[in-house]
Amino acid sequence: MEGSRRDFLKLGGACALGLGALPVVKAAAEGEQPEVFSNPNALTGTRWAMVVDMKKCWEKSKNGCQDCMDACHKVHNVPRIEGPKEEIKWIWTEHFENAFPGRGSELSEMREKPFVVMCNHCYNPPCVRVCPTKATFKRESDGIVLMDMHRCIGCRYCMAACPFGARSFNFRDPRPFVEELNMDYPTRERGVVEKCNFCAERLAEGRMPACVEACKCGALVFGDLDDPESDVRKIVASHFTIRRKTELGTEPNVFYIV
Amino acid sequence: MYDGKYIITGLVIFVAIFAMPFWYNVGTASVPPDPKLDTPVIQQLAEKKCVESKDYMKREHMQMLDDWRDWVVRDGTRWYTNSEGKKFNMSLQNTCMNCHSSKVRFCDQCHNYLAVDPYCWTCHIEPKENE
Repeated sequence: MEGSRRDFLKLGGACALGLGALPVVKAAAEGEQPEVFSNPNALTGTRWAMVVDMKKCWEKSKNGCQDCMDACHKVHNVPRIEGPKEEIKWIWTEHFENAFPGRGSELSEMREKPFVVMCNHCYNPPCVRVCPTKATFKRESDGIVLMDMHRCIGCRYCMAACPFGARSFNFRDPRPFVEELNMDYPTRERGVVEKCNFCAERLAEGRMPACVEACKCGALVFGDLDDPESDVRKIVASHFTIRRKTELGTEPNVFYIV
Repeated sequence: MYDGKYIITGLVIFVAIFAMPFWYNVGTASVPPDPKLDTPVIQQLAEKKCVESKDYMKREHMQMLDDWRDWVVRDGTRWYTNSEGKKFNMSLQNTCMNCHSSKVRFCDQCHNYLAVDPYCWTCHIEPKENE
């Protein structure tokens, strides 16, 4: 084929025109999308955080108070399976040396006391980095580290990556081990990992997390760390707080007053 | 044909065994799906309408549920506006099953007929009134 420069330029121009029309064609082909939006009553923030005031908690927990754990596990259909190998936990108590390893010397009077722990909803979550299916992800709007159970393939990389042991694996069908089913929330199935979700489903309806609502002594405070007027921000600004394993650089969003 | 009688006999036996599923089911007409819409909640509705039109729901409910779960779980947007402007909470367990309160008499009817096995119910809890 004989090709002149003129023909070549014509062809080039036609191609450029075609590429330029692509977005228009795409938009036309997609058609009308249904409108979806958030509940106007939803609590919104840009960096949800929790302050756990262990001083208040210890006064109460002398009587074996488990209100926060019971409330959470009931709301989220968390099964009660005995034994450290198969137990499922979203919020639980940990010994000092496990919760804050390497911080023994300056806080020695805390050694014998229990600490309420949960997923830290890290600013820089290692579990999210390792998940091969993006089943666990950090919600960009508010920083909550969430799980999409539909995508979890049960590889447990996230459990290996999480330095806080905040994740539990369902080695067996959990439903028979749920004492009282909450019909408004799903259970999990065998072969997926689960953890605390900062009650994303409750925030979406304008309610505080279940553990915060259940704590009678006000030891759990939840709010937006980016909001200077929020309770958590004020407490973090005015009290000495510690976070778990800050040396790992995950930037936990759960703060402790001890 | 060499050994014709053996070959023909063998072929006949082979076809008879190969068509076994057909012989097995001969005469037993499979029951057509009959999804029931007479749950108490639906009967009390002033206007008996689903989230979208019946035709759309029949055709697109699987795509819709797939969209819903992405919008809710990943985007955190939980309300849906239908073509008539009505709002719905996007939830299989709380919205769909509130009206269609019997999985056995609604979902399973077509799913079993077509031998599809959606794994919704390994996690989502079906309403208690299943009989």
